[in-house]
Amino acid sequence: MLPKLAHTATAKLGGLAEPSRRGFLIGALAVGGGFAVGFRPGGISMANAQAAASGPFNAYLQIAPDNTITVLSAHFEMGQGSYHGIATLVIEELGASWDDVTVVGASGNTELYGNLAWGGVTQGTGGSTAMASSWERYRLAGAAARTMLISAAAEAWGVPADTIRAEASALSDDAGNRATFGEMAERAALQPIPSEPVLKAPGEWTEIGNTETRRYDRVGKANGTQDFTIDIQLPDMLYAVPVHPPKFGATVASFDPADALAVRDVVDVVETPLGLAVVAANTWAAMQGRNALSVTWDETAAEQRGSDEILEAYRTRADEAPMAMARNDGDVEAAFASADRIIEATYEFPYLAHAALEPMNAVVVRGDDGVIEVWGGHQIPDHYQMMAAETAGVTPDQVRMRVMKTGGSFGRRAVGDADVIVETVAIARALEWRAPVKMQWTREDDMRAGRYRPAYVHKLRAALDADGTVIGWDNHIVGQSILAGTPFSGFIQNGIDLSSVEGANTLPYEIPNLSVGLTTTEVNVPVLWWRAVGSTHTAFATEAFFDEVARATGKDPVQMRLDLLSADHPRHTAVLQAVADLAEQGGAMPDGRTRGVALHESFNSVVAQIAEVSVDGADVTVHKVWCAVDCGTAINPDTIKAQMEGSVGFGLGSILAEEITITAGVVDQGNYDTYRPLRIDAMPDVEVAIVPSDNPPTGVGEPAVPPIGPAVANAILSATGRPVRQLPLSKGLSV
Amino acid sequence: MTSITINGIQHELDVDPNMPLLWAVRDVLGLTGTKFGCGLAQCGACTVHMNGTPIRSCITPVAAVAGTEITTIEGASGEVVEAVQEAWSALDVPQCGYCQSGQVLAAAALLETTRRPSDSDIDAAMSGNLCRCATYHRIRAAIHDAADRLEA
Repeated sequence: MLPKLAHTATAKLGGLAEPSRRGFLIGALAVGGGFAVGFRPGGISMANAQAAASGPFNAYLQIAPDNTITVLSAHFEMGQGSYHGIATLVIEELGASWDDVTVVGASGNTELYGNLAWGGVTQGTGGSTAMASSWERYRLAGAAARTMLISAAAEAWGVPADTIRAEASALSDDAGNRATFGEMAERAALQPIPSEPVLKAPGEWTEIGNTETRRYDRVGKANGTQDFTIDIQLPDMLYAVPVHPPKFGATVASFDPADALAVRDVVDVVETPLGLAVVAANTWAAMQGRNALSVTWDETAAEQRGSDEILEAYRTRADEAPMAMARNDGDVEAAFASADRIIEATYEFPYLAHAALEPMNAVVVRGDDGVIEVWGGHQIPDHYQMMAAETAGVTPDQVRMRVMKTGGSFGRRAVGDADVIVETVAIARALEWRAPVKMQWTREDDMRAGRYRPAYVHKLRAALDADGTVIGWDNHIVGQSILAGTPFSGFIQNGIDLSSVEGANTLPYEIPNLSVGLTTTEVNVPVLWWRAVGSTHTAFATEAFFDEVARATGKDPVQMRLDLLSADHPRHTAVLQAVADLAEQGGAMPDGRTRGVALHESFNSVVAQIAEVSVDGADVTVHKVWCAVDCGTAINPDTIKAQMEGSVGFGLGSILAEEITITAGVVDQGNYDTYRPLRIDAMPDVEVAIVPSDNPPTGVGEPAVPPIGPAVANAILSATGRPVRQLPLSKGLSV
Repeated sequence: MTSITINGIQHELDVDPNMPLLWAVRDVLGLTGTKFGCGLAQCGACTVHMNGTPIRSCITPVAAVAGTEITTIEGASGEVVEAVQEAWSALDVPQCGYCQSGQVLAAAALLETTRRPSDSDIDAAMSGNLCRCATYHRIRAAIHDAADRLEA
């Protein structure tokens, strides 16, 4: 998610993408008898940074006298395990024990928490960058704290520093001296700050790469004690539900609150930038008030088309010339003119909803000090802080963002107009800040608010010579831009929104004449990054078409990929070989089953999957999936495996039965009865191999989503001879 | 006034008797382990036990549970729930965790009636509980693991 923010931030800052040691000026501060280690921004003292209203915490870690170690995470937790991963980095270098460590979401200091994979220009979680951004930053913080604790102990005990160990949140030596980190913290804060903290060598790691470690946050997630935004309870809090227009782009013409206000416990009906909101003493009363409310909508500017019409227009447009070129190698036109044979296929992708289990929500309160606190799943907290301040009519330093663990996001909690954030702030302001307000969207509000994975049509053509060698490849992509019309639109360069073409324009196969064109459409259906973004459709179109070509030329799909992968794609080759070996070890295929393979790089990780499938009439069953991944250094192997397994299920659900359709401007689906993510009865067995790597960590949360669709499609092609060119599969297999 | 018993404690609630149990438990009683996901008995995040049987609290009016014993995740206890939670922990099942109160209560109810469930028993009992992170692979394995723990 947010891939373009990453690219452009990098470009803007002249290539400041790779975090360097010089970029970390570690600072330290005594805090309440303990100490905090963070980053000292040039020219700003830690004391000043500490005092900023918008930054409740300004450190990477804090050690309290009672030995509680708090890790302040720059990246938010939506299930992908970023809190656990960042804690792993700190614990590894600090020598702490998991039992003493908690992780909280940090915010309010871009210098400290800006995403380094995005050039550090803003705090945010997306594009599967959390561990890449954190890799040096949090290890250095842990190492700096360890160095200062040891230095403090050496001073206190009068022994050389190199005789002291830091293990299990305590300092000790062979002479029998011992102190907890907490006991030594106050003195540690006074020690010289190491300018270049020494990191452990990979051979010394006990936490990074440990296959036995389980997530520190697993218990609270299984006994109901982990708090999400929906669980926040404040004294005298009021509860709101939104009233959104039935069509995208419609606005409130008039409304009569009388019937809503007559409902028991309803307090108010207020206008918001997104429509209206009903405010009550509890959620149920707000919902009942909304049912009673009468609203007239102005649909002058509303999108009136349906998804069938939109896709029909895309099909026509796909046959015409693209608006812009994302890649153009060799002479594609000449290759097709000289071709012995041309293969052609058009693939269609529906709108998809994120449909995270925790529907969109936020809590807003203005404290006695005048500071406005905003609780939520803040995937891009710096941006949301600005938007909340503007809505509240205050300066950003008067807004404090409280980052909550979130019940899934898949990209939905990073949205340019900060929808639920500005909506909730607007309600609190309309109520003159007299009470805390919790805004809770219902499932239907969430599903019908747009922000979908855009619908796309891909037209693919391959030119073959007389030997069946692919001499030309052309891919025309038609669909909406995710970035257009958002605060990120400046990142569109030469008519190319990279999030529309990523994965297609980086096709790893050696084909001398290769073009990728883009036609960006104007449709008033709000769209957004959806877990794995452009690769959700480009991987399917390119990898399914690849197998159509392999089949037409009588080639083995794995071997043809290995043959065409150029020498500068060694990770692709290794991952493909690893998944082929894994499936081979799985033994002979049972009768009536076929296998399909797909390979795709996204977010700097490479994933290959092989799906074993049976087809019975229109019914497709996916029995088993083998998955190999190269994600650089594997920090938390079990979390990586979990993300691979979950991504297979998430991606499989999206091709089996997920689809948002629109009829005359109105979204047809509202709940999980009609929008149907994967359920347990369709979940295949998944086996994962992590390809060993010494490289810095790359993406884990998204890269395993793209390959599963084409792997299953390719198995179906193998079973039936019929390609899958239209999704979801619930529409029926094509003839 | 509606009288309901939650986790062994009787509460007199001055609310609309049509209010779903979910919102009474969450907004009125402050027990937030039970989650809202759909409001339509489609996702199972709001699962609680009524006299030991899993029900969807989002579509069950408070008036309908008067005179029954309701158990939420906060009050769930006993060897079966503990075995499930130990298995969940050992296999690191949760990702975001939002659906997991419901998953744990649904799994415990299955094991109360079927001590050695097959994969198809698990699929049948658990397919009403949606997990958008798709932790299903581990849910299945953890239910088998919990069955082992109960036998040991």
